[in-house]
Amino acid sequence: MMKPVFMTYTKKDLINLAVCMVLSVLVIPSFITTEYWYTSILIPWLCLALATIGQQIVMGYTGQLALGAAGFMAAGAFAMFNLILRVPDLGFVGSLIVSGLIAAAFGILFGLPSLKVRGIYLMVATLASQFFIIWMIDKFGWFKNYDSSGIITAQDIVILGKPFTTPLAMYFVCLAVTTVLTLLAMNMARGSTGRNWMAVRDMDIAAESMGVSLLRTKVQAFAISAFYCGVAGALFAFCYLKSLEPVAFDIKLSFKILFMCILGGLGTINGAFIGAAFILLFPVLLNAIGNNVFHGAIDATIISSIEQVIFGGLMIIFMIYEPLGMAKLWENIKQKWRTKFPTMNIKNLTSSIGKKS
Amino acid sequence: MAQERKFKIGKPILEVKNISLSFGGVKAITDTSFDVLEHEVRAIIGPNGAGKSSMLNCINGIYKPQQGTVSFKGQQIPNITPNIMAQMGLSRTFQNLALFKRMSVLDNILVGRKLHTKTNFLEVAFQLPKVKKEEKINRDRSEEIISFLEIEDIKDTPVGKLPYGLQKKVELGRALATDSSVILLDEPMAGMNVEEKRDMCRFILKVNDELGTTMVLIEHDMGVVMDISDRVVVLDYGKVIGDGTPDEVRSNQKVIDAYLGVEH
Repeated sequence: MMKPVFMTYTKKDLINLAVCMVLSVLVIPSFITTEYWYTSILIPWLCLALATIGQQIVMGYTGQLALGAAGFMAAGAFAMFNLILRVPDLGFVGSLIVSGLIAAAFGILFGLPSLKVRGIYLMVATLASQFFIIWMIDKFGWFKNYDSSGIITAQDIVILGKPFTTPLAMYFVCLAVTTVLTLLAMNMARGSTGRNWMAVRDMDIAAESMGVSLLRTKVQAFAISAFYCGVAGALFAFCYLKSLEPVAFDIKLSFKILFMCILGGLGTINGAFIGAAFILLFPVLLNAIGNNVFHGAIDATIISSIEQVIFGGLMIIFMIYEPLGMAKLWENIKQKWRTKFPTMNIKNLTSSIGKKS
Repeated sequence: MAQERKFKIGKPILEVKNISLSFGGVKAITDTSFDVLEHEVRAIIGPNGAGKSSMLNCINGIYKPQQGTVSFKGQQIPNITPNIMAQMGLSRTFQNLALFKRMSVLDNILVGRKLHTKTNFLEVAFQLPKVKKEEKINRDRSEEIISFLEIEDIKDTPVGKLPYGLQKKVELGRALATDSSVILLDEPMAGMNVEEKRDMCRFILKVNDELGTTMVLIEHDMGVVMDISDRVVVLDYGKVIGDGTPDEVRSNQKVIDAYLGVEH
């Protein structure tokens, strides 16, 4: 293990962080000028990556099969709408944090079944959150400020009196929030908090015998996960959709986030970004191929069907050959590149242990 | 153990009284009592299915016995859970290895430091100075244990990739990291070769000698048991059939019968 240079970060981490920051703050804004890239790709990518980090915390790190990220996102989005509407003094950032906390409260409530049920049964139990939250928003007009049209326009983002309405400004808002929350998530995942999560995931009885409380750890993971989803949902509604409608946060979005989590790599933070990028960009790529290679000869509906087929296939392939997802794949490629040797497998690992001891 | 011990064997630290445990109609343990003295190495032996592991699981709170009580450090504990026992200073290893397979050796041992970690998740998220201080203490202690167990070169390897003998060592390390006063070892040497067994014995005795940790172990290898333990309790069909020093137990007719079989 490398020695940490600054806080828990190693030199490599700091270089990675610097590269990411330079890319996202300097390179992207100066090279990408088309609005399409910001409004349709970069902003939803950051929002969904944030939600996927939430899903990672509960599923990848704590090993609790939960499905209902979109429900928490809806809770966050509508909480944000109501907070800005009714408590304008809070400001954008304050509202964002409180929306996350409201989503976290739902997370605690719907995380409680995890103490009694696990696996696929827990997944079904957490589905309740998805349907309950959406139903609640639809049922009680108060949440939508008694708007009859069903689609509410999101308020403009104003931070410290300055409006953030251009795509580039909104991109920076999303980037700032995502960066801060990602760093916090990494700190937790690498510290004692993350070790407790993973201990519960890998062997709950042993974790309990070491003094890790299953109740506290699981509920904590659900709460933090829902907080991330809530903030992501608020950003998703205010920066990407620019409107609030419960339908946008249906079960399909929950599944999408689940796929991002699995394809990206369970139990990794960078996997959340890779998975989200892949699932967002893949349809774009397919469309581009459809338009440019086949010149529109293939119907758009067929392309979207092909997309589903390829996603399904990839999920199966990853589950079988690389259960740790694209983040692990990326690690392996780097490893190969570095050593120009076959990747480390159990055989040469154990033989190297034998040599040393 | 002829030479003077740094930690003299003292008063009973763990007392098991009249424990009975059954699963449905099957009686695993019937009215069993024994005690463990402070700083001693206490072995529980017996043929397969004698109820040894069930006994440890009762002490540790994984099973809830229908009858009987467990007293620890002079205190009778009404609702035993693994968590309460851990907090009181009782740690354990498991028969079929219960390690955190996808975590590294160091991280596994660091989980053992859980009860010495007082910072909450928000403090960890913001990496407050006290988190760094605490983490450093915990890491230093874990590194100490790692070098004590002579597993420095594998400390960053995911535990699931290690051979069985090393995994057993890591599990002992994790139990040690808790700084518990009593450690229950469920077959710490099962499936090991002679050399690994000798190593493990050495570690168990070293821990007991240097840290004064009370060791309660289940073991099948009679030679090993007789060599390292101060006192032995023998279970058969969930009942105590012998209790005493290795020599006393070895000459106990009931024990000989249970192990060698007896003509009826």
